[in-house]
Amino acid sequence: MNVTIVDYKSGNISSVINSFKEVAQNKVKIEVTSDVSKIKSTDKVVLPGQGSFKSCVDALQSIKGLVDCLNEFVINKKKPLLGICVGLQMFADVGYEESETKGLGWISGKVTKIDNQNGKYKLPHIGWNQINIVKGSKIFKDIKDKSHMYFVHSYEFVPTDKNSISATTDYSSKHVCAVEKENIFGTQFHPEKSDKTGLKIINNFINL
Amino acid sequence: MLKNRIIPCLDVKNGRVVKGINFVDLKDAGDPVEQAKIYSDGGADEICFLDITASNENRDTIYEVVEKTSKKCFVPLTVGGGVRSVDDINKLLNCGADKVSINTAAVENSKVVVDSSKKFGSQCIVVAIDAKKNGNKWEVFTHGGRNNSGIDALEYAKKMEDSGAGELLVTSMDRDGTQVGYDIELMSKISSKVNIPLIASGGVGNLDHLVEGIKSGKASAVLAASIFHYGKYSVKEAKQYLESKGIPVRT
Repeated sequence: MNVTIVDYKSGNISSVINSFKEVAQNKVKIEVTSDVSKIKSTDKVVLPGQGSFKSCVDALQSIKGLVDCLNEFVINKKKPLLGICVGLQMFADVGYEESETKGLGWISGKVTKIDNQNGKYKLPHIGWNQINIVKGSKIFKDIKDKSHMYFVHSYEFVPTDKNSISATTDYSSKHVCAVEKENIFGTQFHPEKSDKTGLKIINNFINL
Repeated sequence: MLKNRIIPCLDVKNGRVVKGINFVDLKDAGDPVEQAKIYSDGGADEICFLDITASNENRDTIYEVVEKTSKKCFVPLTVGGGVRSVDDINKLLNCGADKVSINTAAVENSKVVVDSSKKFGSQCIVVAIDAKKNGNKWEVFTHGGRNNSGIDALEYAKKMEDSGAGELLVTSMDRDGTQVGYDIELMSKISSKVNIPLIASGGVGNLDHLVEGIKSGKASAVLAASIFHYGKYSVKEAKQYLESKGIPVRT
């Protein structure tokens, strides 16, 4: 089996690569590429993302054929994809970081800035927070409710269809920190930086 | 609920840890990778490396250390010391650092902070502020505390937030190495001035100091070096103590 991490120059992905390689050992091939033909034929895709919503969408679009290839992979072939951080946020129809930017539209909703209640809460939301698992997502197999995960973000994904939410976290308000819609998975937190529990989530995704 | 973080910091020189840790079961007291792994296994919320390599020709050793550590530690890794340019930041991130802390270069030219946070995202840009009290204000020092820039630390902190810093790592030079506790007044003043998280540093001698840093200093995270290195306390003990004082920590 091949798991492909999409390298579209969206910032630092070395931690994502290291963690997937650690979990996969030699059993699963972890490939890092922006080559559309390779992504087409792989079994699973990881879509990382750092920086702003707009910079990530722009970077995806700057690689010819990549967005079409991902659409085909996810929507038509229904193969598993995991979005991490801004990788998850891009599932939305639209994001409002920097400027209004169209997303991939895989899970209907929008990405807006976390309400910091007039400075009561510091942004970015940085550090370890607990997740409230609201439905038994496949990537949460053997993950306990209230597990700690590492977060770094100022924007949150607000899906229209609440059924896609698999976990929330509490910071200023309750916001979405994981989604699952059929073959599409996403975490706002960083499993690659969330110690053993995070690696277990990566393992669950690899073993889907 | 978001937890307060405990960050052990290791001084690295020419690829080796100075002020080694007296841990039992340690094969090589100078190996940063092994020590970082012990901290992360012990519950450290993040690991910080401060590169104090003096000469430029040995700078590459830090890249090797970061690369090796990031393959073993799956908690966030911050690296600082001698970071001068967007290119330096890029190299460290490529080696596996999750955040890079910028000190002197940010004072000399805030454009480094603006450019790097635009390029890599604010989440990985930490601005380190070394401050020393002068009368009723604090001044920002550069070059490892050798040069006084004369810049007001509070105004500078605000400027760095506006430039795109994701976090501030504030060290009191008056307290650093004294083990008498953080400069609480400095921490709380800066923390109240900005809306990004503050990491308190400099002066920790016991676990009550960590409590004060969070409760009175309004720090989101507390950084400490010697109390952990010399085995006075483990990260686990520190967390248990904080929890007993009503501070939320990851256990």
